Amino acid sequence: MATGEPKIISSASAPTPEEREGISRRRWLTAAWLGFAAAVGAGATASMRFLFPNVLFEPPTLFKAGPSSDYAPGVDERWKERFGVWIVRDTTEIYGLVAVCVHLGCTPNWLPAQNKFKCPCHGSGYYVSGVNFEGPAPRALERAAVSISPDDGQLVVDKGQRFLYEQGQWTDPKAFVKVG
Amino acid sequence: MKDKLQQLQKAVVESQVWKSLFRVGIPNTNRKRVLAVLGNVVLHLHPVKTRKSGVKMRYTWCAGGVTFFLFLVLTFTGLLLMFYYRPTVEYAFVDALDLREQVPFGIMREIHRWGAHAMVIAVWIHMFRVFMTGSYKPPREFNWVVGVILLVLTLLLSFTGYLLPWDQLAIWAIPVGSNMAGATPLIGTQGPGTALLKIGDIALVTSTDDARFGLLGGRFVGAGALLRFYVLHCVGIPLVAAFLMAVHFWRIRKDGGISGPV
Repeated sequence: MATGEPKIISSASAPTPEEREGISRRRWLTAAWLGFAAAVGAGATASMRFLFPNVLFEPPTLFKAGPSSDYAPGVDERWKERFGVWIVRDTTEIYGLVAVCVHLGCTPNWLPAQNKFKCPCHGSGYYVSGVNFEGPAPRALERAAVSISPDDGQLVVDKGQRFLYEQGQWTDPKAFVKVG
Repeated sequence: MKDKLQQLQKAVVESQVWKSLFRVGIPNTNRKRVLAVLGNVVLHLHPVKTRKSGVKMRYTWCAGGVTFFLFLVLTFTGLLLMFYYRPTVEYAFVDALDLREQVPFGIMREIHRWGAHAMVIAVWIHMFRVFMTGSYKPPREFNWVVGVILLVLTLLLSFTGYLLPWDQLAIWAIPVGSNMAGATPLIGTQGPGTALLKIGDIALVTSTDDARFGLLGGRFVGAGALLRFYVLHCVGIPLVAAFLMAVHFWRIRKDGGISGPV
């Protein structure tokens, strides 16, 4: 094209976007991009949600542990494998210790000969009460809520409710069951 | 006889298949050499020209090359292992044992394992070399960042592979390691700021919907975690790593080849 005066398109002959029928190209593209972004976002959200199943095939956190008379004095390991809880009976009460080391989350072992819980990962040691006394554990084992079921008198353990020694919660009435 | 061989050679060299594979011909000029590199999907990631110092072992230690070689070894041996290994609680451990005892070349699993250790070490050596030669400086700072991401991916590959034998080491190491995901800000149950995400009394982030759960597919390390780690180890992370490696190699070229001695 030859250089010279810029060609001026008469505004009278060319329709402005408002004069054209329908929406302008700019608005259409904005809407299209927003729609595209929304579709991608919905796809990403759906993909993330896919990773979180609706049903969890894991042991429940609340379970019935049989009549309290089943438990002899000392540490009972019958629920450790399945529910990750020790039922401990001392002279006056029954309580449930959560079998997760408070250091880094391994499962400690109960060593009857040495009368202590000992974590195989980094050597944290706990008394029968759950109070830590050796190794890197920064606090005591957590206790789960225990109660007597009003229906059938069984011991009910609820891992969903935890009681922490360092916060003085072990005296909470839900943290233990009185026995004779 | 000689004529016939020459005819055969001519027929092969001038065939469409040959010309599709070797488009430039014999690379006997600089221009042809450059074209040969540019026209090859693998070689085009590589610098067209390499400085003399760039191939000096004393300068580069070939640590990045060793890392890439180990990645290829691990990809190949890993692929072979996948023909036997089943990522379920029932079979994982015995399959790992069988890979050693019941399969020809039982050393294959050991190559994969030791290669993985070697790759982690090689990555660190590569990083050390790049740091000591100042090769992270502009214009190569972007490639340093890509490299750091690749380092993290290498460690994640190593971590996810650690669970797969489903032995005592795995059982104890992975709960400890994956608990870190629970401390992710905002999306981990024990992470900073998570306690603020509440509607009334109901916490939005719980142990069944936080980052750790997404990683393990459960509240603790079990069948779901084994399968998720397997998929991440064999498909997810290697794909991302391979893509970033391509970017990493291509950036070397774009930033002017391997840095020279100062």
